[in-house]
Amino acid sequence: MSEPLLRVEGLEAGYGEVQVLWGISLAAERGRLTTIVGANGVGKTTTLRAIAGSLRPWGGRVLFKGEDVTRLAPHAKTARGLVLVPEGRQLFHTMTVEENLQMGAYTGRAARDYAARLEHIYALFVRLKERRFQRAGTLSGGEQQMLAIARGLMADPELVIIDELSLGLAPIVVHELFAKLESLKSEGLTIVLVEQNVHLAFSLSDYAYVIAEGRLFTEGPPAQLESRPEIRRAYLGL
Amino acid sequence: MLRRPFFWIIALTIAVFAAAPRGADVELRESLLLAAVYITLASNLNLMLGYAGYVNFGSIVFFGLGGYFCVYFMGTLGWGLAPSLVASGAAVTAAALVFGLGILRLRGVHFALATIGVNEAVMAFVTNFQPWGGSTGIYLSTELFQPLGGPGPALWIIYYLLVAIMGVSLYLSYFIKRSKFGLGLLSIGQNEDAAAVLGVPTPRYKALAYSASALLPAVAGGLYFFKGAFIQPADAFDLTLSTEAIVITMLGGQGTIVGPALGAYLYEELRGWLLTSETFANFQLVVAGVLLLVIVQFAPDGLMGFFYRRWPRLRRIFE
Amino acid sequence: MSALLEVADLSKRFGGLQAVASLNFTVGEGEILGLIGPNGAGKSTVFNLINGVFAPNSGRVAFRGADITGAAPYRVARLGLARTHQIVQPFAGMTVLDNCTVGACFGRENLPLARAREAAHEAAALVGLEKRLEAPALELTIAGKKRLELARALAARPALLMLDEVLAGLNPTEVAHMIEILRTIRGRGVSILMIEHLMQAIMSLSDRIVVLNSGKKLSEGAPAQVAHDPAVVEAYLGDPGMVQRRPQ
Repeated sequence: MSEPLLRVEGLEAGYGEVQVLWGISLAAERGRLTTIVGANGVGKTTTLRAIAGSLRPWGGRVLFKGEDVTRLAPHAKTARGLVLVPEGRQLFHTMTVEENLQMGAYTGRAARDYAARLEHIYALFVRLKERRFQRAGTLSGGEQQMLAIARGLMADPELVIIDELSLGLAPIVVHELFAKLESLKSEGLTIVLVEQNVHLAFSLSDYAYVIAEGRLFTEGPPAQLESRPEIRRAYLGL
Repeated sequence: MLRRPFFWIIALTIAVFAAAPRGADVELRESLLLAAVYITLASNLNLMLGYAGYVNFGSIVFFGLGGYFCVYFMGTLGWGLAPSLVASGAAVTAAALVFGLGILRLRGVHFALATIGVNEAVMAFVTNFQPWGGSTGIYLSTELFQPLGGPGPALWIIYYLLVAIMGVSLYLSYFIKRSKFGLGLLSIGQNEDAAAVLGVPTPRYKALAYSASALLPAVAGGLYFFKGAFIQPADAFDLTLSTEAIVITMLGGQGTIVGPALGAYLYEELRGWLLTSETFANFQLVVAGVLLLVIVQFAPDGLMGFFYRRWPRLRRIFE
Repeated sequence: MSALLEVADLSKRFGGLQAVASLNFTVGEGEILGLIGPNGAGKSTVFNLINGVFAPNSGRVAFRGADITGAAPYRVARLGLARTHQIVQPFAGMTVLDNCTVGACFGRENLPLARAREAAHEAAALVGLEKRLEAPALELTIAGKKRLELARALAARPALLMLDEVLAGLNPTEVAHMIEILRTIRGRGVSILMIEHLMQAIMSLSDRIVVLNSGKKLSEGAPAQVAHDPAVVEAYLGDPGMVQRRPQ
């Protein structure tokens, strides 16, 4: 197996004086969907934010395509092909769908082939094309999530990190989104996903990391993990 | 208590104030009298500002009201000095309790603005209140100095009384600070909600501190305006005086007892210099304002705060 | 066991959000009760409703037999109910000893200043801060500040101690130390109601667990029982129905 696209070693981070991550190590292989699961407040979002650079890590390393990008600002990582789709989507609500997508293509890397990429995105997310001039704030939950992912894709990433895909969405919408992710994966995109629903995460990912209390609890291919009582212990302590 | 050096430091200060003007010229006494007034105002203001963390911009209202009550009792009702002072103190403290009911629910900026509102409201009332002379004010006849032995001796008596009031203010600050009540006030100043969760009866304590901070300034006001034999709303409720009291307290060090005294002395020196300087005579208040901004930004602990940080052992002697 | 704290049919709404809905539970004498639930389940709101920071829309809170529903926080503290906060709130400008003295002065026993200082001393020693009594509170580390918050609440000699995520942000050594302290406190007869996200810790400490989800009580019972309750497992791990089996 070649060098993973993303490698995280001993990541430590926190907010103010409070340390949340106590040394997280994980890796995302090219072309795979890797998922991170764990209870609320254990540090899943903190991990993603520390990787993407919106939160400064206190210690450890983040390696992307072999390069140490630990201390780089988020826009520098985006320019290298590492994109975060944040929790709660964080769309520009008063802008249209297309304007949001334009904002996603801000970096120089993304500006190349902008028109072609936009068409490609619209082909994949037909619903967004139908609503291209609609204000983002007026879209449904599922459409907003779609837009958030699409906007991330406009930056021409090699790795997309998605924080909480299924939050507040109906199962059928979630499955539609996952279908899109599958087809993106088949085009060579690497995906790291944080997902609240363990069952969903396991059924759709190639590899999983379970986090508890700011540390790695266990890891492995979902088929191996699903049945183990450890998963319940990671969430409930017993 | 008597074994603590600070108790005697206050006593010494009072003694110095009492002894210094004897044999010297009247100017020194007048200067020290003004200092004593400033120290009284600043020390009592400190109970709310430095201890409980509530900024009272309109604290002058106690001083002015005390002056009015006293002048009224003596001039119109013909009472003697002592009963007038006592009654003024009581009346203004009662008034403070009433004001407090209205404004102590507010916090931070809102409280500060409300205290200004209280002062302005009282001033507006008095300006239109004929029994108190309305906007013209009240003149006292110099005959009122006769029971004290005539104008000369009267001024000395007034001076000693003001020094006594200053002394009581300093001791009051001191005893409160070392008491359970003072600890409660200080915790309110640090974090009012956390203090309440710990059981500090915050509404009652704030009302007590606010009323306590009214009593001695009221008596001082009575003495001050009796001495001048004249009171009018513009002088009695002049917001610049309470602003200056805040500058003094913060300059010297809020929450400490030495702070207001030190600040008063320094401020009076500064003011004296500014008033006689050609460039700054008209800018005296501007300087005060700028000074306040600088202190709040860069040295919110004031001079005593700086000294205590530099020489922590000072804390054992001073407060 | 007589009920020290009784929460009956407690409800609270914030605008359109029902934060707590008809909640019922009790805390007995000498008991450690753990309150758990996914993020946003309403746990801190429950604490705020009990100690008077908010008044409930309906329902009742009784402490040591007295109705304290909606009573002001300082009155509740006087009755012997102490509380720590998720985000610590030390009196930053005061020393460790003075912080604890405030707790001792205004708590259940309403001690005079001298006796309060002694009680403060004891409380600080219990959490291991006896060597830092003269230190200004703001100089302590996060672990120190958490211990100070605990000592300050203890100094009031409460009958019930409510702890809001007292273990958050501590490293494993500090967590273990704090757990020992909590066991000692319970050994002295203080009952504890605690909110905690560190699941292993709270499951091992608590005598009983109440699980909250979306403001409602989801489950209640011994830790082992609750951890295996399918409703609780689903609340934490997610709805298995989300998965449609697809051909691999």
